[in-house]
Amino acid sequence: MNFSTTLDTITQASGHTSKITKGNKKLKTLFSKLIAAFILFPLTVFAEWGLNMTQGVTQISQRVYDLHMVTLWVVTVIGVVVFGIMFWSIIHHRKSKGVKAAKFSHSTTVEIIWTAIPLAIIIALAVPATKLLIDMEDTSGSQITVKATGYQWKWKYDYLDEDLTIYSVLDSKSTEVSQLKSGLNPMESENYLLDVDEPIVLPTNTKIRILTTAQDVIHAWWVPDLGWKRDAIPGFINDNWAVIDKPGTYRGQCAEICGKGHGYMPIVVKAVPMDEYKMWVAEKKQAAEDMKNTADMVLTMEELMTKGEAVYKAQCLACHQANGQGVPGVFPALAGSAIAIEPANRLGHIHRIIYGKNLMPAFGEQLSDVDIAAVTTYERNAWGNDTGDIVQAKEVSEARDKK
Amino acid sequence: MSTLAHDHDHAPSGIKRWIFSTNHKDIGTLYLIFALTMFFVGGAMAMIIRAELFQPGLQFVDPQFYNSMVTVHALIMIFGAVMPAGVGLANWMIPLMIGAPDMALPRMNNMSFWILPFGFALLISTLFMEGGGPAGGWTMYPPLVLQTGQAFPFLIFAIHFLGISSIMGAINIIATVFNMRAPGMSLMQMPLFVWTWVITSFLLIASLPVLAGAVTMLLTDKYFGTSFFDAAGGGDPVMFQHIFWFFGHPEVYILALPAFGIISQVIPAFARKPLFGYASMVYATASIAILSFVVWAHHMFTVGMPLKGELFFMYATMLIAVPTGVKVFNWMATMWRGSMTFETPMLFAIAFVILFTIGGFSGLMLGMTPVDFQYHDTYFVVAHFHYVLLTGAIFALMSAAYYWLPKWTGYMYDEKLGKIHFWLSTISANVLFFPQHFLGLAGMPRRIPDYNIQFADFNMVSSIGGFAYGLSQLLFVYIVIKCALGGKKAKDRVWEGAKGLEWYVPSPAPHHTFETPPKLTKEMLEH
Repeated sequence: MNFSTTLDTITQASGHTSKITKGNKKLKTLFSKLIAAFILFPLTVFAEWGLNMTQGVTQISQRVYDLHMVTLWVVTVIGVVVFGIMFWSIIHHRKSKGVKAAKFSHSTTVEIIWTAIPLAIIIALAVPATKLLIDMEDTSGSQITVKATGYQWKWKYDYLDEDLTIYSVLDSKSTEVSQLKSGLNPMESENYLLDVDEPIVLPTNTKIRILTTAQDVIHAWWVPDLGWKRDAIPGFINDNWAVIDKPGTYRGQCAEICGKGHGYMPIVVKAVPMDEYKMWVAEKKQAAEDMKNTADMVLTMEELMTKGEAVYKAQCLACHQANGQGVPGVFPALAGSAIAIEPANRLGHIHRIIYGKNLMPAFGEQLSDVDIAAVTTYERNAWGNDTGDIVQAKEVSEARDKK
Repeated sequence: MSTLAHDHDHAPSGIKRWIFSTNHKDIGTLYLIFALTMFFVGGAMAMIIRAELFQPGLQFVDPQFYNSMVTVHALIMIFGAVMPAGVGLANWMIPLMIGAPDMALPRMNNMSFWILPFGFALLISTLFMEGGGPAGGWTMYPPLVLQTGQAFPFLIFAIHFLGISSIMGAINIIATVFNMRAPGMSLMQMPLFVWTWVITSFLLIASLPVLAGAVTMLLTDKYFGTSFFDAAGGGDPVMFQHIFWFFGHPEVYILALPAFGIISQVIPAFARKPLFGYASMVYATASIAILSFVVWAHHMFTVGMPLKGELFFMYATMLIAVPTGVKVFNWMATMWRGSMTFETPMLFAIAFVILFTIGGFSGLMLGMTPVDFQYHDTYFVVAHFHYVLLTGAIFALMSAAYYWLPKWTGYMYDEKLGKIHFWLSTISANVLFFPQHFLGLAGMPRRIPDYNIQFADFNMVSSIGGFAYGLSQLLFVYIVIKCALGGKKAKDRVWEGAKGLEWYVPSPAPHHTFETPPKLTKEMLEH
């Protein structure tokens, strides 16, 4: 629950909403939030604001939380004592109270005491921290291994024991809402920017080894409920582990700046019991098998355009933008671009999508023939490109063989 | 100033006075004005950031531009505002505090200032280039930074310029302090501000060439086919982070140590009591400086270091709390049984001690590797370093400005307005940054232009604090200008309890001071 909804409820109850225009409403929301922030502040239950670190769903995350709380209390007590003494001094030792300044300027005893006490506190904190760190770094005895690879801007997951690969991209609803001046209200979607098209599924009560690496730039894989984050670095592999105690959906985000789409590559983990996990793996493998055999599919122009638009939104829009104009100097435009309109570039266009170039990643592995056909068709006909070209899956399948 | 009877030189007047100046006071003024200007340029960028984060959704800027604001805001605030402000104070005050006629190398002093405007012109010009300004964060991690467009070489050369300027400034300070102290002033009799600046200068000389090396390697990786940081060519992207933070952590203390020095001048003055534990303050500062070279990897605990490495950097980092604690306790003991008054410099100094310590507490938490795996790269870190840099370094600089402004201008500033500025700044800075602790703990990563709705409320509170803080600083400009133009005449010893040689010269300090070395009395050497 947030302030604006609280206030909306209040205003609705007093019957003010009936004649509000759209522009007014926006202003009103803003205004109500401002008022709410000030007036309702002390009345709000703090838990609803997300104040503290999560205890998470693993033993490690629980221990991390406990150590965090212990340290927080230690520094709070130190703070209260130190600032307390200081404020006592500020209140009592003032010239306006006629206090004459003392002359002392050092005391070896006192100085030794206030060097020794902090040292003791630090050692007391370092002991549990060391134990916890040693346990966190021990990835031995894992039962399954998943490799997370960061891309600009999505995650690829390889289930190394299962020969299964999943790509996980920001969900299309969030993509739509998050466009600059989209006019859509993010407050209406609970998992805004924290949802993906394909969550990864992991079994509960199983030691899972999670490897992190990256394709292009450094990313970081972070699900707070697992209790840690780890950088995903191109050319290097880091290993980590988790045993998830509770079934559920756990959300996280990329935590290392990785360019324009850094805020738009969430991580969603669905933890389920082992047998359910096994069913999911079988299903996904079947789906992957089906995707391989799309070369013979023939779709109409309309079908290709609809499918193509969906693929474009999920994979291409982040860089080339909804209007196909790209970002000058960084991401080239597709609208009116030679590669997307000249008949001679038709094969080059398909190849660019399959193999990528410079900053553009290769999509050949991730997208099926029919997906590539659809998005190529879409790009050659959207935003006034209007070539009338229809690319079918077969052409893509043949293009794969031509290089 | 140039019309005073004390002025014997025939320096050029008008604009030429400033361009060709070799006078430490003029150059100090230039540095301070430049720093204040950059404070507002970087501040304007912070306002854009807070405006975008006011609500979820993208309202004003696209994510690429947002990232470049985050990047350039940091570069400008660190290299353009806090560092030049510190050097400006050093220029103005060190010769006055040690009884020297000027800095040891006056022409180099001129050059080290005038490089800065050019360096920042290069940096800021990138915002108008095709592809936009640098947007990979001020830490410039490859491979991301190598995706920068035309701005890239400008970014690298701007950093080279700023580095050269700072190194020259540092050499000058060391040469001045070691060679030009008034006869009879031993090192252990120098004011603590001078001590902190000497130690800071060594940090600058030791760490900035490392940064210059790192960014040059980036340059050759991008344009000359080397692979220092490219795994595909046998390099290592993490190596950049090690090199960068080997510079970056001492840099943190380059920003903080002069602040410690300022506080160690201001608190004794307004407590009317000698600084407690002078010697231990000097040793604590030196220990912090030395430790600052062996803790760098705590900025990168999540890159996947060997366990032993993580343990070493955790222990070393936690150890820094000890000398830092000593400093805080010493300031408290200085206040204890003093006869305190609370003029604006003292208010800022007390706020510094409390708020910097809060930043130190979160620093200790961040230093513990296993929990840092949760905190790392979240708003908790953003809150932490803004507590130590804004309510830390910048509050100390504000304290210094109010403390010495009457000495510089010859007039008292408006005390009532100063206090209003203090309260506005302190309240708004806490509204701005305290909620960011909660945001980080709740899971909001840093450097994102948009966020989930669970972070909406605290972000709005934080933005309101941000706008209030930004606006309050305009009041500071008004106070400074008003004070420069006139007001109540300042006494030579502006503050009743102020100690040090700078209070033995007239207010305003004439163009040339201590042309013949002062004969030091015991009283002059008190601190």
